[in-house]
Amino acid sequence: MLAAYPEGRKRSAVVPMLIYAQDETGAVTPELIAEVAKRCEVEPLQVDEVVGYYSMLHRKPLGKYHVQVCTNISCLLVGGEELYEHAKKKLGIGNKQVTADGQFSLEEVECMGACSWAPAVEINYDFHHYVTPERLDQLIDALRKAN
Amino acid sequence: MPTTLYNEPSPLETKVLSKRFGLENSHRLDTYLAHDGFKAFLKARQMTPEQIVEEVKTSALRGRGGAGFPTGLKWSFVPRTSPKPKYIVINADESEPGTCKDRLLMEYDPHQLIEGILIAGLAMDAHKGYLYIRGEYRYLIDHTDRAIGEAYSKGYLGKNIAGTGFDFDLYTHSGAGAYECGEETALLDSLEGKRGIPRMKPPFPAVAGAWASPTLLNNVETFSAVPNIIRDGGAAFAALGTPKNGGTRLVCISGHVNKPGVYELPLGYPMLKAIYEVAGGIPGGKKLKAVVPGGSSCPLLKAEECDIPMDYDTLAKAGSMLGSGGMVVLDETTDMVKFALRIMRFYAHESCGWCIPCREGTTWLRKILQRFDDGGGRKEDIPVLGEVSKNMLGRTFCALGDAAAMPTISIVEKFREDFEKRLAGASRASELVTV
Repeated sequence: MLAAYPEGRKRSAVVPMLIYAQDETGAVTPELIAEVAKRCEVEPLQVDEVVGYYSMLHRKPLGKYHVQVCTNISCLLVGGEELYEHAKKKLGIGNKQVTADGQFSLEEVECMGACSWAPAVEINYDFHHYVTPERLDQLIDALRKAN
Repeated sequence: MPTTLYNEPSPLETKVLSKRFGLENSHRLDTYLAHDGFKAFLKARQMTPEQIVEEVKTSALRGRGGAGFPTGLKWSFVPRTSPKPKYIVINADESEPGTCKDRLLMEYDPHQLIEGILIAGLAMDAHKGYLYIRGEYRYLIDHTDRAIGEAYSKGYLGKNIAGTGFDFDLYTHSGAGAYECGEETALLDSLEGKRGIPRMKPPFPAVAGAWASPTLLNNVETFSAVPNIIRDGGAAFAALGTPKNGGTRLVCISGHVNKPGVYELPLGYPMLKAIYEVAGGIPGGKKLKAVVPGGSSCPLLKAEECDIPMDYDTLAKAGSMLGSGGMVVLDETTDMVKFALRIMRFYAHESCGWCIPCREGTTWLRKILQRFDDGGGRKEDIPVLGEVSKNMLGRTFCALGDAAAMPTISIVEKFREDFEKRLAGASRASELVTV
C-alpha cells in the first residue's frame, strides 16, 4: 500500500490503512493509531485527528454484521424511513447501537449510491437493493442462523 | 452467462458508454478487447497531446461529476511541460444523493475507465493515476483492483504499455465515509492522508493538486467517455447531444417512477419523456409534483417547469443544474417539509465544519426544519429559512454550503403552501431552537 504513493508521501496511506485495518481489528484503537502512525511516518495525533472526520471509522467495535439503512431522498420516497424503523424494532437497538450478543449493529446512513434500486441496505460491504421489511427480516434471520 | 443488470435497459437509450453493459463477462479485459477496447489508446499514441486535448474540446464533453465544466478546457489548464510529476486523479467518491452511475461504469466496464485514464496520461505526460473510491464501495475497490491486475498482466498498465513505450501505474485509494471528499480539493487532502477539508483556489489542482503537483481530476464517467471520443472522433460524440453539451450521459432516475433505473440518454433529452417513457411514468397515475434534476444539491423544478430538454445550459436557464445526473422524481403526495428536512439533515451531517456559514447555516436550518416537521413551525420561520440559506450562498470555500442552500431556497419559494399547511395543523406549541 505504501509503495503506491510518491517518495516521502507515506502519510497518504493513512485513511485506506485505517479502514483496512479496522476491518480486521473491529475498531480503531489507540494501538492501531500508533501502528498506522509508525508505518506512515507521522505523529499519532495526525492519525487520530483523521479518525473523527470519516464516518466509517469507529473507535468502538460494531456488531459482527453492521446493518446500514439509507434514508436519504431517493430511499425516503420509497419507504427507506419505514425500513429503518422496522430495522430498529427487528434488532431491538437504535442508531449506532450494538445488540447485546455483539452480532448486529445498526446505522441510519447517508446516500450509499443505490438510488435507482431503492430502498437500499448495506450489511458490512454487501449491497441489497429494493429491500422491503420482509426482505430485511429474511436477511437478518439468515445471518442469525448462520451463527 | 450475461452480466445481471440492476435494472432492465430501455429501448429508448443511446448506448455509448454503457454499450458493453450486460455482455457476458463485460468486466473482463478479453471482452473489452473484443469490443473496441484499447483502439482509442493506440490511436491517441499516434496523436500529439495538443491533438488529444483538441479532440476532447471538440466533443463538448462536460464534467459528469456535477459542475459540468468543459472537460477539454480543464485538460488544457494542466501544464504538461512542467518539470514536476503530473498526476491523474479519478473521482469515484460518488456520494451526491440521487446518483448511482459511477458504480455501474466501474462494475461493468472497468477497462473503459482505465483506457480513458491512460489517454489522459498521454495528454498530460502523466505516469501515475489514483482512483479515489468511496469506502462504502469496497466491493468495487476489490473489483477494480482485479481489473487493474488483469490490465497489468496483459501489458495494458505498467511499463511499455501495449508496446508503445508509454508507462503508467494506476492505484485504487479507499475513502472512509465523507461526502465532502467528492469536492476535488477536499479529495486531494484526503488522498494525502488528511481530513477532507477544501482548499483555497487558486491555485487550482491543474497547477498545484496532489502533493503540490499539476493534477488532472475528473469524474469516473468523464474519463469513461474519453475512449469513445478518441476512437470515433470528438465531432461524433458532440453530435449526439446539443451545442456545447456533447454526448450522452448516464441518468439515474429514482423516486416515484414505475421503472427507476440508470439509463444512458443523449444530452438534451426531454425531461418529461425521461420520466414518462424511459422510466415508465409515475405509479398509480399520480401527478408529478417536482423533480430534483441532478442530485440533491440542485434547486427543484415544479412540475410545470419540467417540459425542457436536459442539458446544462437549459437547466441553468431554468434556475437549476444538470448536476451529477441524479434525477429524483416526486409525486403529488410528497411532503416538501419532510423532503427539505431530509436534505438538510444530510448537509448538516456532511458539512466539514471548516467554513462557519456552512457549518452553522446547515445546523440551524436543520433545527428549524425539524421543528417544523415536529409540528412546532411558526409563520416567521418560512422567510427565515430562505434568508439563512441566501446568507450561505457564495460565502464558503467549497460548494457544499451552496449545495445545501440552493434546494432549500427553491423548496421554500416554490412550495410555500406545504409549509403553510403545516402551520394550520401545528400540533404543539413552538419550542425555541437552541444550540
